[in-house]
Parts: sequence; C-alpha cells; structure tokens
Amino acid sequence: MNRILLFAGLQEKAGQESIDLEAAGKTVEEIKQEVGQQYQLERLHEAMTAVNEEYAANDYKVADGDVIAFIPPVSGG
Amino acid sequence: MSKLFWITDEAISVEKVVQLVSRREAGAINTFIGTVREFTYGKRTLHLEYQAYRSMAEKKLEQLGMEIKECWPDAKAAIVHRVGRLDIEDIAVVIAVSTPHRADSYEASRYAIERIKEMVPIWKKEHWEDGDAWIGDQTETNSYPEGAPQKEDFK
Repeated sequence: MNRILLFAGLQEKAGQESIDLEAAGKTVEEIKQEVGQQYQLERLHEAMTAVNEEYAANDYKVADGDVIAFIPPVSGG
Repeated sequence: MSKLFWITDEAISVEKVVQLVSRREAGAINTFIGTVREFTYGKRTLHLEYQAYRSMAEKKLEQLGMEIKECWPDAKAAIVHRVGRLDIEDIAVVIAVSTPHRADSYEASRYAIERIKEMVPIWKKEHWEDGDAWIGDQTETNSYPEGAPQKEDFK
C-alpha cells in the first residue's frame, strides 16, 4: 500500500490531505494519470513528485510502502 | 549543535536566528527577512496562509545549507520559515548568513532565498477582499511543464 500526499491547491481540490493507493510497480507518471482522473485534478501535470521526500522523475517506479507527494509549483519565501 | 534549518508555526525572532550564526570568525552577518506585503500590483492582500510539507521542507532547507557550504565554504547559514496564517508585515522567512568578509554573506543570502522559491515545498495562499488562491511558481522561470524536476533538485 502507498500513501499519496496532496498539498495546497491539489489538496483543496481533492478535498483531502492524502490518498491510499496500491501503487507498487507503477511509475510516477501512471500514478499521476490515475489520481488526476479519479480526483479530477486537471493541474496535477504541473506538479513535481517526491518519493520518500526526494524529488523523483516521471519514469520513477514506485515500490510498496513508498510515500508519494505531489508538489505543486512552490511559493515560499 | 542546535538546529539551523526549520519550519515553525510561531512568530520568528530575527535576533535568535542571527545568534545561531554569530561566531568569532565572522566579520559579517547578512540577514534576509521576508515579510507579508499588503499590495501586489495594486491588489490588496488581507492575510496569507502558508503550508509546508514540513519534513521534506526541513530536509530541503538542510540541503540548501550544504549547497551554501559548497559554494562559500567559510559561510554559516540558518534559515527559518513560518507556516500558518500570517498578517500584513508579519515575518514569513528569516535567513542569516555569517562569513569572514561581507561580499560572501550577501551572495549566499541571495542564493538561499532564490533556491527556497525554486525547490522547498512551501506554498502560499493569498486571501484578498474578493477571494483567495494558492500562488504558484514565483520564480517565473520554472513551469514544470512535464512535471519534471530540475536536475539540481535531485540530491
């Protein structure tokens, strides 16, 4: 099982802070498509992805237990 | 050694951050203080709300500290970013950098704030008189069109 974390506009749009999903073996890109469709997150493609708190590319393959976070363009400072 | 990079829910004391980098070898301490602005291109902000992916944000701030060490080996930096609701004039971020000579402290401080805006997972929501919105990329250089992180963000 994998936990997917949502932040900022994505969290608001989905109406929840996290999603539990069986994502082992899938790529970041595949997870993005699946979650984007299910929660109607049209802007998910703009987000970067972190796996276990490190940025990961779209072709990164997720393992069981990995924590995935979708990181919309940041605006700190 | 005390912590040099963190996210907080509370008001930031500039003095405390400065003290963290103060040391005998330093001839300069540069501080950057990011505050909440009331008017942006004529539009009035009532207040802001910051959110962070806290554990990753602290990790990325520490990484930023290592980048500063690589570029300016004699520098010592501390960075604190606040989250939650902030009012106009409140302090959102404090960066303090001490170096033996002043030029490096300015450069490292500038580098730190630009990197925060590129790669530290913190978001700002503007609350205006007529609505609110999460603000996206402010560097106006990265749009992540393919969702791809910048190469240097991979560490």
